[in-house]
Amino acid sequence: MTSPVLEIEGVSKRFGANLANDDISLTLAKGEIVALLGENGAGKTTLMSILFGHYMQDAGRILIDGAELPPGKPRAAIRAGVGMVHQHFSLAPNLSVLENVMTGTEKLWSWRSGTSAARKKLLAISERFGLKVDPGARLGDLSVGEQQRVEILKALYNDARILILDEPTAVLTNIEAEKLFATLKQMARQGLSLIFISHKLDEVMAAADRIVVLRGGKMVAKRTASETSKAELAELMVGRRVTRPVREPSTPGAVALEAAEVTVKIDGVERLKSISFHLREGEILGIIGVSGNGQAALAHLLSGTLSRTSGDLLLFGEAIGNPGVADVVGAGIGRIPEDRNEEGVIGEMAIWENAVLERISASAFSQHGLVNRKAGMAFAKQIIDQFDVRGGSPASRTRLLSGGNMQKLILGRNLHRRPRILIAAQPARGLDEGAVAAVHARLLEARRQGTAVLLISEDLDEVIALADRVQAIVGGRLSPPVEAEAANARKLGLMMAGEWQETREPDHAL
Amino acid sequence: MTVLFDIIASVGLWGAVLRIATPLIFGTLGALLCERAGVLNLGIEGIMTFGAMIGWLSVYHGADLWTGLLIAAIAGGVFGLLHSGLTVTLGLSQHVAGLGVTLFASSFSYYVFRLIVPTAGTPPTIVPFQPIAIPGLSTLPFIGPAFFTQTAPTYLAILIALTLAYILFRTPLGLAIRMTGENPHAAEAQGVNPMKVRYGAVIAGSALMGMGGAFLTLSAFNSFFPTMVQGRGWICIALVVFASWRPGRALFGALLFAFFDAFQLRLQTAVDGVPYQIFLMTPYVLSIVALAVMARRARVPQALMQPYRRGER
Ligand SMILES: Nc1ncnc2c1ncn2[C@@H]1O[C@H](COP(=O)(O)OP(=O)(O)OP(=O)(O)O)[C@@H](O)[C@H]1O
Ligand SMILES: [Mg+2]
Repeated sequence: MTSPVLEIEGVSKRFGANLANDDISLTLAKGEIVALLGENGAGKTTLMSILFGHYMQDAGRILIDGAELPPGKPRAAIRAGVGMVHQHFSLAPNLSVLENVMTGTEKLWSWRSGTSAARKKLLAISERFGLKVDPGARLGDLSVGEQQRVEILKALYNDARILILDEPTAVLTNIEAEKLFATLKQMARQGLSLIFISHKLDEVMAAADRIVVLRGGKMVAKRTASETSKAELAELMVGRRVTRPVREPSTPGAVALEAAEVTVKIDGVERLKSISFHLREGEILGIIGVSGNGQAALAHLLSGTLSRTSGDLLLFGEAIGNPGVADVVGAGIGRIPEDRNEEGVIGEMAIWENAVLERISASAFSQHGLVNRKAGMAFAKQIIDQFDVRGGSPASRTRLLSGGNMQKLILGRNLHRRPRILIAAQPARGLDEGAVAAVHARLLEARRQGTAVLLISEDLDEVIALADRVQAIVGGRLSPPVEAEAANARKLGLMMAGEWQETREPDHAL
Repeated sequence: MTVLFDIIASVGLWGAVLRIATPLIFGTLGALLCERAGVLNLGIEGIMTFGAMIGWLSVYHGADLWTGLLIAAIAGGVFGLLHSGLTVTLGLSQHVAGLGVTLFASSFSYYVFRLIVPTAGTPPTIVPFQPIAIPGLSTLPFIGPAFFTQTAPTYLAILIALTLAYILFRTPLGLAIRMTGENPHAAEAQGVNPMKVRYGAVIAGSALMGMGGAFLTLSAFNSFFPTMVQGRGWICIALVVFASWRPGRALFGALLFAFFDAFQLRLQTAVDGVPYQIFLMTPYVLSIVALAVMARRARVPQALMQPYRRGER
């Protein structure tokens, strides 16, 4: 093997009492793809942020082509050929694609931006790697997948030779993810070196040459892809065997929530087209579909943040109008939103504040218009203990939690009071194996206790493991339900592609 | 009705529009620059007051007019430094820091003013900027005397508006400023230091505010009195929103407001039987209406008023 392009030597980083990286060493060769695995909060993002100069390490050094990189200087890292695609994209939605890519690439004090040359270069790169974009488009108008493409292009535009991708597939659909990995492999063939972070063992096994596992800030294993297995990796990550829980048969109770031919229009576009379903107590109804087919509208409708245009909603058999958020919370509906950073928590506020926010006016948390801090703190502490939220105390700012731990906090906030209905949108997105198992166990426990769970997901395995019945959502339409016993990956895959429509509505068939 | 037409057709009105607009143009551009980098600068009202005072004082003590304007700009920049220290380095609330700067700068101006003019009598006057007739253009009928016979700072203000538009949208520096106002983390990830950009933008923006204030004492009028800024700073803050954070539209907005103002001034004398306060109110009412219409489509810099802390997500 040739000399490595990147060497990380004994890097350590501490946040307060929390040792996020503990003496980690790692090398990367030209044209190699390394996957970085680890539980939520294991320190993966921290390590990559140090490499990129966002964070300053407490100890250790980073060498690129044998030359040491000055710590804490993104500019130096960029110049040395390091590019990073962030877990939370760092793009400006109001600026154009080209502007996003060009920022900081020219001498700051020059009289003119070389816009047309930059456009040419960008198009050439996008051609070479098969990443199609429109340089003039406003970034905020692009889909998540396209935005990610811009992030990658941004790195390539800076002539990156080492590309770091932090959970690139967490927000992508399966098809987009497959395309992404094809692109990454092509990049590696062209001599780029890549490190990617992922929780999805399938894609790690399929795409990586080598796999590095972190746990609790320490590096616990290095494996080549050919000499390991999914089961071994899962065990290495969590430090014990993990098995996802499975659903036990049960008899559901009365119908808790029913939708009859509900249509939702946003800005004149029908996001939900006359959908019908019913959800019973003690069952999990899975809504499967490729993201962007109306899931967001459905979740928002049931969370009280969106009004329907027509159709009926029945809550425990009673017709309801367009409920507001307060009504929804009051009726005992728990909600796990799809985008936890945007809708789930307020990052700048403390964990305890987020824990009680939804029910701040409840007598447990406030009296005479005054917030009862102590009760809030105690409640947050309970959630932290019961739901194994790691990386923060009730008083620390929520933004500092890793994605998985944030999700556990939201889950805890909702499940703690045994909701009668739970709307869970992509509840396991971005979570590690251990956390996925924990979340699934909680959902099943809620089901056992009689909660009616609506599980909106694009993960086939998840839906097959948890749901009693499954309906597919395609282009705002909902398929008729199939019993879990009759569902398998093939059948659900066909449903997600809209196959059921042909038989039911011949006029819509192609 | 003919009264209205007479007013609109008068050269005096249009000459006044540019004169009234000039401090607003300076101030609005200054506030706009700060906000494009993500910092709301409510220090503007005080900074304009201080600029008016220090510009006048310098000239009164023998500096020439341009030096006075420069000193006002530097003084504005110093207050900008203070504001960025509070909001960028310390990450304090931009509202509170800005109001603090305004209170401090206004009182400080008054204090210095009273040191120089201890008694209540009329403050000493200076010889202000004189109108410059632009050769060739000033002789045009109507347009000439209205638009091309202004004082030098007015031409400068228009020039600065065009320059700022060019810098923001055509140069790498401008892109860095806009990116910092939209997403400082992204700017940082691209090797731009958002802290430095914010400092620079706030200091330069505050310097413009200082110049806007100085225009009042060095050109529009020939003396200083402590209440002379009269809420112009706040108008500028509103004009930035009206302009959707674009220098060209800021120029237009300032002219529009100035037009309303000049118009109502003349109406006051031309129309009997209506309390003059009604007329006084109209430019503000119209501004609110215009703001309500325009602001709905405005694209606010996404990171406006968000402190940037390094090494945090
Ligand atoms: N700026 C910070 N201040 C304080 N603590 C932090 C900071 N950034 C990260 N941490 C803590 O360091 C630990 C490692 O976090 P990191 O983001 O590296 O995890 P991760 O492996 O990327 O997790 P995930 O898979 O959820 O993204 C966590 O406990 C987190 O709470
Ligand atoms: Mg991470």
